[in-house]
Amino acid sequence: MNTAWEVVIGLEIHAQLATSSKIFSGASTAYGSDPNTQACLVDLGYPGVLPVLNAEVVRMACKFGLAVNATIPSRSVFARKNYFYPDLPKGYQISQYELPIVVGGELLITGDDGQEKRIRITRAHLEEDAGKSIHEGLGEYSGIDLNRAGTPLLEIVSEPDLGSAKEAVAYMRKIHSIVRYLEICDGNMQEGSFRCDANVSVRPRGQTELGTRAELKNLNSFRFIEKAINYEIERQIELLEDGGEVRQETRLYDSDRNETRPMRSKEEANDYRYFPDPDLLPVELDAAFIASVRDTLPELPDAKRQRFLADYGIKQDDAIILTASRQLADYFEAAATASSAPVQTVAHWVIGDLSAALNRDGIDITGCALSALQLAGLLDRIDDNTISGKIAKEVFEAMWSGEGSADDVIEARGLQQITDSSAIDSIVDAVIAANPGQVAEFRAGKDKLIGFFVGQVMKETGGKANPRQVNDALKRKLAAP
Amino acid sequence: MSQEHDALHTRTLCELRQGLADGEFSATELTEALLARIAGAGEVLNAFITMTGEQALATAADADKAIANGDMKPLTGLPLVHKDLFCTRDVLTTCGSHILDAFVSPYDAAVVERLGAAGAVMLGKTNMDEFAMGSSTETSYFGAVKNPWDLSLSPGGSSGGSAAAVAARLVPAATGTDTGGSIRQPAALTGTTGIKPTYGRVSRYGMVAFASSLDQAGVITRSAEDAALLLGVMAGFDPRDSTSSEEPVPDYLAALSRPLKGLRIGIVREHFDEGLDADNEDLVRAAIAVLEQQGATTVEVSLPNLDLSVPTYYVVAPAECSSNMSRFDGVRFGHRADNPVDLMDLYCRTRSEGFGTEVKRRIMTGTYVLSAGYYDAYYLQAQKVRQLISQDFKAAFEQVDVIAGPTTPTPAFALGDKMDDPITMYLNDIYTIGANLAGLPGISVPCGLVGGLPVGLQLVGPHFAEETLLACAHQYQQLTDWHRIVPGDFA
Repeated sequence: MNTAWEVVIGLEIHAQLATSSKIFSGASTAYGSDPNTQACLVDLGYPGVLPVLNAEVVRMACKFGLAVNATIPSRSVFARKNYFYPDLPKGYQISQYELPIVVGGELLITGDDGQEKRIRITRAHLEEDAGKSIHEGLGEYSGIDLNRAGTPLLEIVSEPDLGSAKEAVAYMRKIHSIVRYLEICDGNMQEGSFRCDANVSVRPRGQTELGTRAELKNLNSFRFIEKAINYEIERQIELLEDGGEVRQETRLYDSDRNETRPMRSKEEANDYRYFPDPDLLPVELDAAFIASVRDTLPELPDAKRQRFLADYGIKQDDAIILTASRQLADYFEAAATASSAPVQTVAHWVIGDLSAALNRDGIDITGCALSALQLAGLLDRIDDNTISGKIAKEVFEAMWSGEGSADDVIEARGLQQITDSSAIDSIVDAVIAANPGQVAEFRAGKDKLIGFFVGQVMKETGGKANPRQVNDALKRKLAAP
Repeated sequence: MSQEHDALHTRTLCELRQGLADGEFSATELTEALLARIAGAGEVLNAFITMTGEQALATAADADKAIANGDMKPLTGLPLVHKDLFCTRDVLTTCGSHILDAFVSPYDAAVVERLGAAGAVMLGKTNMDEFAMGSSTETSYFGAVKNPWDLSLSPGGSSGGSAAAVAARLVPAATGTDTGGSIRQPAALTGTTGIKPTYGRVSRYGMVAFASSLDQAGVITRSAEDAALLLGVMAGFDPRDSTSSEEPVPDYLAALSRPLKGLRIGIVREHFDEGLDADNEDLVRAAIAVLEQQGATTVEVSLPNLDLSVPTYYVVAPAECSSNMSRFDGVRFGHRADNPVDLMDLYCRTRSEGFGTEVKRRIMTGTYVLSAGYYDAYYLQAQKVRQLISQDFKAAFEQVDVIAGPTTPTPAFALGDKMDDPITMYLNDIYTIGANLAGLPGISVPCGLVGGLPVGLQLVGPHFAEETLLACAHQYQQLTDWHRIVPGDFA
């Protein structure tokens, strides 16, 4: 990164609220139905219909506000954002403008310098999503699918406090984690339930005035956000260093080419003519309501991480990974509580083998068939020396494939560790007898050969011999000529 | 039809209800009689856009069965018509516009639903100013409505079709909507009774919006008693309209006989300034004197910002209109231009072809006042003045129970007279607009003739004071006959 330039980024995150019905109508919000099967007359903007606010949406927005220490004003107002587009049925989008439901707020991320960095949230407001235009397969026509029209969105606007693509991603991940903890958004980026626009600008380091920004639209994966922002930063710096000027414009990221391109030309700049929507009353929330929402807040990622560090003494990095998802954290805690194995071992298994298996099979932790108690059962068998850590991986895979509990698999496959010292002694004796050359070399000082002997014993026992006992026996017998 | 039934069209709803209950005539006979009258004597008025005779006869047949079974609801078998911006399932709902001239609504408006559920028989849909934008019913795509008192005159508007139909005794009652006077002004100019309830009293669901913060549904009838009967059915909270009120609905019919003794009537100083026709003023003062004879007292009050109500209205209403009209884009319903070359062409031609001059004028005005750089000076300023006007009324209602005055400055004006001069047309609503800006209930009752043409007395009350308004209007009508005078050609 060019150090002569300072990068300034602000994000507008759109989180689709996980309600079963739309923000202003009773139609379903389920994803993936046939076009226009989930759009009622209100969503279609028919003459005479009126919007009615979904109370659940208000509750969810409040939850978010409280989770980021924002203010929930006693009064917020829906406004109409007027513009024409075929997938915008009423010719205006109902949003919030001057008086949003969430004001202020902040959260902590790990900044580029490795220190905690405070990112301020400007506001979060409620709005309805538009429908979708379909241009493929319809010849010279365009199709309109209004299933998504009226889906509730919470638009979360940050201050321009982010200094790099990496920080932007860290912030986005934090918000992602919070909305999922709160169970107000499913966080599914592929389906567009969680997406963001990024306002990116650069300025000479030390300059107080902000540079001209470009808005990058609809970034729908953490990877693309980072790549798009980095591309845009480079583009702007190059432009400025060549004596050019950054234009204030909206740019679309093309992930195939890894570049951003201007999306709208200036002459189409819209004047949205916002004004309060006369069809909806102002949202008035009293302290009792806000307190009732506060009572429903779960333990949030930061608090949980601190508690994991304090209560379990696991590594900081592991705590961050485990608490990124509430369900993963719950899984870890359930396994750690049930198992007699050291907590760090549990953490390693959850982050390592379990997460790898989930990724491999494309399953979310919520859909994990292997319960935390089953995993705890496996870790207990390592802890009591019934099996080695290596054999445990085989047992895990068998459990993953549905072969039953750890004990079932160990029993069925005869994987129980050999801990009988006389049995181990006799195998060690046989290995020593079969490899006189290596024995001589070891005794002449080539200590590294101990690995060879361990390997030979394990080969003889199919990996089942207790490694510590094997080591002890080998050292004892190889030392005495 | 037998001899004794041939005056059915002259009867009020309450009289017809009695006749149906007594078995004097059937709902079917009543429906047939009125349909025949509309098709005959009524044709000349152009009061209707759509007739629903077949459906009406089927409903009437059901009503007759219900009556035979002793199962009469409040409006069983009673005929009425709806202004054509109330959505009616399977029936055209045009809003008097080319852009919706083939639009069939898939659902019933709340008002239509409630009146229908109470047994009313819909005979058809009435003509109106396009999207209720107008004060003369001349902006209709379907042509102007004529005033039954003089066919060269306008019946007022925008609910001119409803008012003309009721005045000409084609139907006993019609629904209307009132955004700036669109029920009260045509009621005054046709010698009928028109009530605009408190904003939020009647659900707006299914009523095609013109200016959402001002629109309110009401009725045009031949008596305050009939208005009370209908309002009792129409009013009430509707979960589909967030702005509808949860205030309980009182028994309006029972309130009609509430004594007027001690009632304080406000006479608004500014109502009698320049602009009010002198004969009109005399009739209004005489009408107030009738109420005084019943024990009411008068108090002079002031609405100092009255003169700002028209300009305020013509910022707020067009602003909301410009946004409300956006959904008519040719994409999902209504008129669509032929062979558009691209999206912009589709929008521009659909709307250019579909909307009439007055609607376009208001869309342009509204778009302008909401634009960046003008919003504060116009829209925001108008909202502030609107607050002032509301406060003026509030202050007045600390002194009085009801305000009485003229509904319009003059009797009916000639068709074509004001069409080239929108400002003069707008000023016709000077006395009615305040109630919309403040969300107050208002009623207009006939109070005499000026040059053979009816004029109205307007009563405006505090929020949810419909009972007071109806009691005043009803008792006034018990003592006067102005509401019974039939336009000569339709006697």
